[in-house]
Amino acid sequence: MYKATVNVTLKKSVLDPQGKTVLHALETLGFQGVKDVRVGKYFELAIDEEKREKAEEQVRAMCDKLLINPVIEDYSFKLNEA
Amino acid sequence: MKAAVVVFPGSNCDTDCFHALFDVMKMPVKFVWHKEGTLPDVDLVVLPGGFSYGDYLRTGAIARFSPVMEAVRQHAESGRAVIGICNGFQILLEAGFLPGAMLRNKTLSFICTHVWLRTENNATIFTGKLNPKELLRIPIAHGEGNYYCDDKTFKRLEDSNQIVFRYASESGETTDEFNPNGSRDNIAGIINAKGNVLGMMPHPERASESMLDSVDGRKIWESLVG
Repeated sequence: MYKATVNVTLKKSVLDPQGKTVLHALETLGFQGVKDVRVGKYFELAIDEEKREKAEEQVRAMCDKLLINPVIEDYSFKLNEA
Repeated sequence: MKAAVVVFPGSNCDTDCFHALFDVMKMPVKFVWHKEGTLPDVDLVVLPGGFSYGDYLRTGAIARFSPVMEAVRQHAESGRAVIGICNGFQILLEAGFLPGAMLRNKTLSFICTHVWLRTENNATIFTGKLNPKELLRIPIAHGEGNYYCDDKTFKRLEDSNQIVFRYASESGETTDEFNPNGSRDNIAGIINAKGNVLGMMPHPERASESMLDSVDGRKIWESLVG
């Protein structure tokens, strides 16, 4: 068993209206040090595979097919033995 | 002309589309549940608005894998007409029938209002009854209608006249001020290269009768009937 944690972010070239709004809210609250905010998504997947390579392959296939939209999003993931 | 309206779990404009085509346009229309693997013999497939699968993950991301979508793909490949309205447009983008993707509205709010659209291409099967640059008053109702595509895709869309509608002012200006959701270059509707699959965020089915304040959307159905 493996546990995969997948982080999804909007591509750098894509404006993030949600991130901009959170940035303004933080500034309003007095957090002057914050210069940019990007809001993303996070998945935890429990993968029933014996081999690490197989599990990686599975996670990549799931991301490419459903979990992310490559037109607007990038992703990275970590795999830990569960 | 015969039509099918696909119903996904969470569709909520399916009966409005049915009504506009059946009662207003007097067209034979069938509902098709998304689990169906085949479509009836029709000329037009409508992917209606709503919140298919609760908009979970991304709008349209799960609906694109509904069994009926393979039949819709074959229908489109045969050259017959497909129109995706609002969530239907989002599904067409996720399914790769049309290029680009939808982001949250720049305001982050759900926008429900009448807007003006400028017809950018009146030489399609969906817009043949419209004049060049004709202005249409049609409602929008969405939280994720901020159309995005990269520069290369945008150039291709422009060069091959695939931008069909842009958000505009009442007098036809397509400036930022009249862009309700932040869409790239005020894009409200695009068509595929082959010219038989149209996606648009505004709801023509809600503007097809005078009692609904506008009949401008009806011209899209009339164009299809020919």
